[in-house]
Amino acid sequence: MTLLSVRGLTVRHGNAVVVDGVDFDVAPGEALGIVGESGSGKTQTALALLGLTPGSADVSGSIRLDGQELVGATEPVLDAVRATRIAMVFQDPLQALNPYLRIGAQLGHVLEAHGLSTGRETGERVVAMLDAVGLPDPARQVLAWPHELSGGMRQRVMIAAALIAEPAILVADEPTTALDVTVQAQILALLDRLRRDTALLLITHDLGVVAGQCERVLVMDRGRVAETGATRDVFGAPSANATRALLDAVPRLDAPGPAARDAPGLLAAEGLSVRYRARRGKALAAVKSADLELKEGETLAIVGESGSGKSTLARAILGLVSPAAGTVVYAGQALARDLVDRAGTTRRDLQLVFQDPAASLDPQMRVSSIVGEPRAIAGNPATAGEITAALADVGLDTTFLDRYAHQLSGGQAQRVAIARALIARPTVLVCDEAVAALDGTVRTTVLALLREIQARTGLAILFIAHDLAVVRQIAHRVAVMYLGEIVELAPGNELFERPRHPYTRALLDAVPPPPGEAGRPAVLPGEVPSPLSPPPGCVFHPRCRYAEDGCRAEAPARRAAGNSSVACRRAEELDLARGRA
Amino acid sequence: MSAPAATRESRRRLSWSAAGLVLIAVFAIAVPFASPNEGRTTNFDRILEAPTSENMHWFGTDDLGRDLLVRTAEGAQVTLIVALVASLVSLVIGVGYGAIAGYAGGRTDSVMMRVVDTLYAMPFIFFVILLMVVFERNFFLMFVAIGAINWLDMARIVRGQTIALREREFVLAARLNGASGTWILARHIVPNLAGIVVVYLTLTIPQAILVESFLSFLGLGVQEPETSLGTLVSAGADHLESASWLLLIPGGLLAFLLLCFNFAGDRLRDTFDVRESR
Amino acid sequence: MSLPRYVLRRVLGAVPTLLLVVVLAFVLVRAAPGGPFDEERALPADVRANIEAAYHLDEPMWQQFLRYAGGLLRGDLGPSYRRHGESVNDLIADAFPLSAALGLLAMAAALLVGIGVGAVAALGRDGWRDRVSMTFALTGISIPVFVVAPALILVFAVQLGWLPAGWSGARGAGAWILPVTALALPQIAYIARLTRASLIDVLASPFIRAARAQGLGMGRVVRRHALKPALLPVLSYLGPALAGILTGSVVVEQIFGIPGIGQAFVRGALDRDYTLVLGVVILYATLIIGLNLLVDILYGAIDPRVRHR
Repeated sequence: MTLLSVRGLTVRHGNAVVVDGVDFDVAPGEALGIVGESGSGKTQTALALLGLTPGSADVSGSIRLDGQELVGATEPVLDAVRATRIAMVFQDPLQALNPYLRIGAQLGHVLEAHGLSTGRETGERVVAMLDAVGLPDPARQVLAWPHELSGGMRQRVMIAAALIAEPAILVADEPTTALDVTVQAQILALLDRLRRDTALLLITHDLGVVAGQCERVLVMDRGRVAETGATRDVFGAPSANATRALLDAVPRLDAPGPAARDAPGLLAAEGLSVRYRARRGKALAAVKSADLELKEGETLAIVGESGSGKSTLARAILGLVSPAAGTVVYAGQALARDLVDRAGTTRRDLQLVFQDPAASLDPQMRVSSIVGEPRAIAGNPATAGEITAALADVGLDTTFLDRYAHQLSGGQAQRVAIARALIARPTVLVCDEAVAALDGTVRTTVLALLREIQARTGLAILFIAHDLAVVRQIAHRVAVMYLGEIVELAPGNELFERPRHPYTRALLDAVPPPPGEAGRPAVLPGEVPSPLSPPPGCVFHPRCRYAEDGCRAEAPARRAAGNSSVACRRAEELDLARGRA
Repeated sequence: MSAPAATRESRRRLSWSAAGLVLIAVFAIAVPFASPNEGRTTNFDRILEAPTSENMHWFGTDDLGRDLLVRTAEGAQVTLIVALVASLVSLVIGVGYGAIAGYAGGRTDSVMMRVVDTLYAMPFIFFVILLMVVFERNFFLMFVAIGAINWLDMARIVRGQTIALREREFVLAARLNGASGTWILARHIVPNLAGIVVVYLTLTIPQAILVESFLSFLGLGVQEPETSLGTLVSAGADHLESASWLLLIPGGLLAFLLLCFNFAGDRLRDTFDVRESR
Repeated sequence: MSLPRYVLRRVLGAVPTLLLVVVLAFVLVRAAPGGPFDEERALPADVRANIEAAYHLDEPMWQQFLRYAGGLLRGDLGPSYRRHGESVNDLIADAFPLSAALGLLAMAAALLVGIGVGAVAALGRDGWRDRVSMTFALTGISIPVFVVAPALILVFAVQLGWLPAGWSGARGAGAWILPVTALALPQIAYIARLTRASLIDVLASPFIRAARAQGLGMGRVVRRHALKPALLPVLSYLGPALAGILTGSVVVEQIFGIPGIGQAFVRGALDRDYTLVLGVVILYATLIIGLNLLVDILYGAIDPRVRHR
């Protein structure tokens, strides 16, 4: 018996065929994953199921839900089916909630539009639904505005809105991509718990997420179905090249990374603190007394979730934000706090690569000018040969010289940004989420490029990232940040094998296991507290399963043990080597 | 912000309005040379004559027997010059003010923008009228006054864009490499501002035309024997029943001129996808 | 920020603007080369001194300003310089009701028709309704009031003879139609364009797609989700719209011979009746600043995020 049957689904935008003859079925209560890189047509497929492709798109083929044909159906027919039979959760919960409506009203509209309840009953059902998705104090929160909620809470509200009319199938389009890893684990667990006999169509680029949630998987590549079957079979013994490419690009949390190496220190943060002024004269401590040393030729990663202060710390080291206290020491000398006060040569020694490759290149400039700019600023313009060589170093040929940023793919743009950073012959490269916006296969090649450059030039890399598996691939040592503090710093392999801080353990457990392996992400309950009013004592204690009275009373200092250090009172007595309890 | 290639449709419409503007400019400049008539020569034998091919009075004559064809061309010249100069005034003030506020940021920015907000709330047009009353229709003052109204929009837009650009990563990258404020303004900010400044200039010019012709209509702007399209419309409105061409011809030309600018501005704005931020 | 606090801040913010208007307008008038009575036939020195004393023009400037500002606080705009024995208050009080009625009718028409046309155009985007209404709107913003008004008279009064051309002698609803139309047309065109652009923008936003995915139906999506955010730009435009209508009324009252404030203003301007012009400028400024204040407060009430900025 099938609930949803898709045959020959084709979506055209003008001359471009973005979905090309896709077939699949979903049985009642079944969970089917659709995976693929960006541009593979998976989101367009999802939108077509609900009749939500843009008006200019041409949809053909057949979509049957309970035997009812949806391709070519009129809007009123589709409206009757939406939410009650087939519902959808979108990627970015901030954008998908109406900022001008209280969340209770947004849920109530769904019930009223479908005539499922009226008046008082609507209010009660909305509160019950918000309670079911784990929104604290739902009776009060129905009056909350979307901007007052955290990202995770917003996604819970979106899920509540999708499930409130009890659909037979839920389409979730990258529902956790915009969220932190611990929040992702919470949302995935919530989806699992709530949907019960609702079928799930989970669309994602993250194979680990699919592996944990879905019995069957469908791999899409350039608009077509590359392969489909039981998740275990497809990921265990892939038959399509596209599947193999996707699997090869999955960074593995359990594969050993580069070993820590001994080298002289090069760049250090000593007691570095950054405060922002918040409303009503309050100060927001973004980074609290951070100590960190980057050694020559090594890659030191700083990981943490959003709001942990990792990017702010990197920017304070670079002099882009002015620290409230502490110093940055480079090659044995204390650097000025503000960039403008630093000598030109030291400035050029520290270079930065950003997350969004498109935004980091001036749209009005050609690649040759972009790459040559640091030298031009220094008053020592690069020759054509030097620019060509710099591009060759990042794997781009001379055909790129005259292009503009919008004529480059994401991976090419990021290579140009790296070439611009390297032409000044820096000793330190700071990568701020430099591969986070890239697709899996592209990310792999950019990471390989960074390693190759490091091996060739002895460059030290400060690698800011939220993706632990990527960090393991590249980092010699790793620092973990939580709420502005470095809670643990250790050689990469040691940290991933034997974490010593409970937060590190929780972070590792929240990562979905690699595709093809059993297990599910473990949930760290609760949310990151507001940095405006951090908890007393150890900042992690409200969410820590090992917390005791002493942790609430006193903030632990980070203590060194061997070549690692950890800020936990109970580090010595806890054995956190085994995860996913 | 990054300019996607204009669609063929947009470009076609843009070229139509550009063609219209060129036509008006050619008309305004060429007619006084080509016509045997003088704009200021009165002829009381032929007052209020309807348009005729005779003696090249194609647009007829006014209540003093002056040739309307030549007067309309001369009026269009004055209107265009006033509008262009006033728009340049607002361009210079607006871009300078907006770029400084946006680039300086912080307290400087908030004080400068508070000033703009305050000025925004003032009924400028009445101040201009007051100014014209007090200072007796000073031509130079009119440029300044009209320009002073229109620079506010330009300043806001330029400031918003400058702030957005200043925080962009490519500017940070340049700063990291030791680029000076001048370098960043010249290499990154100004080139990326050029697009919207052009767009808003095309939208500022018709506003300046409106203000000038409004003042002239009230008798506070361009004075006889000098003329502008607004002055001509004002005179035409007095002879509505007996000589409607005196209103319809200069009025029609004025509307066509404004239409061309608005049309071009619309298309350019769509192309660059710029929007005012509140 | 709570709503009352936000309102208080906005109200306090409007005070300096108003003060600046008064000071600027006063200084401008007093900066006029020569006194207001210079143009009249050469007056004997003693007569002239008497007149100046009567109007307190012999006092130092700051004292004159304090006298004027004090009058303003009591709602007194002072005596007219040209119409002896009449106060500016009297002149404005005579003319205001007519102008206010005209302006309010035009504003109401502009909002109703403008929003309606804009919404129809946006919902039928790129269809014939859209093309027709946007061609109309682009034309509307391109034809100045002082061309529209005589043209309307020419067609509907002179040629067709359906409606009266002027105010004098003609009473009843008919006399209002042409002036209100002339005054409202450019604003209708502007508001229609604004509404269309804003509604198209909002309808393309992700939260509208999410609402459609919930099967709310286009009508409900527009009413419940899109209308409020789409009308925010129109709300912001109310201040400029009032300024436009006030400006337009100067011309329209002139052309139709309506004895309103606009006409009084133009006559005052041409007669160099400084106190009258000053009074009208301050009145208009107060109206516009007041409306802008109201708009700001409404904006804060509608969009919860604004109050936090």
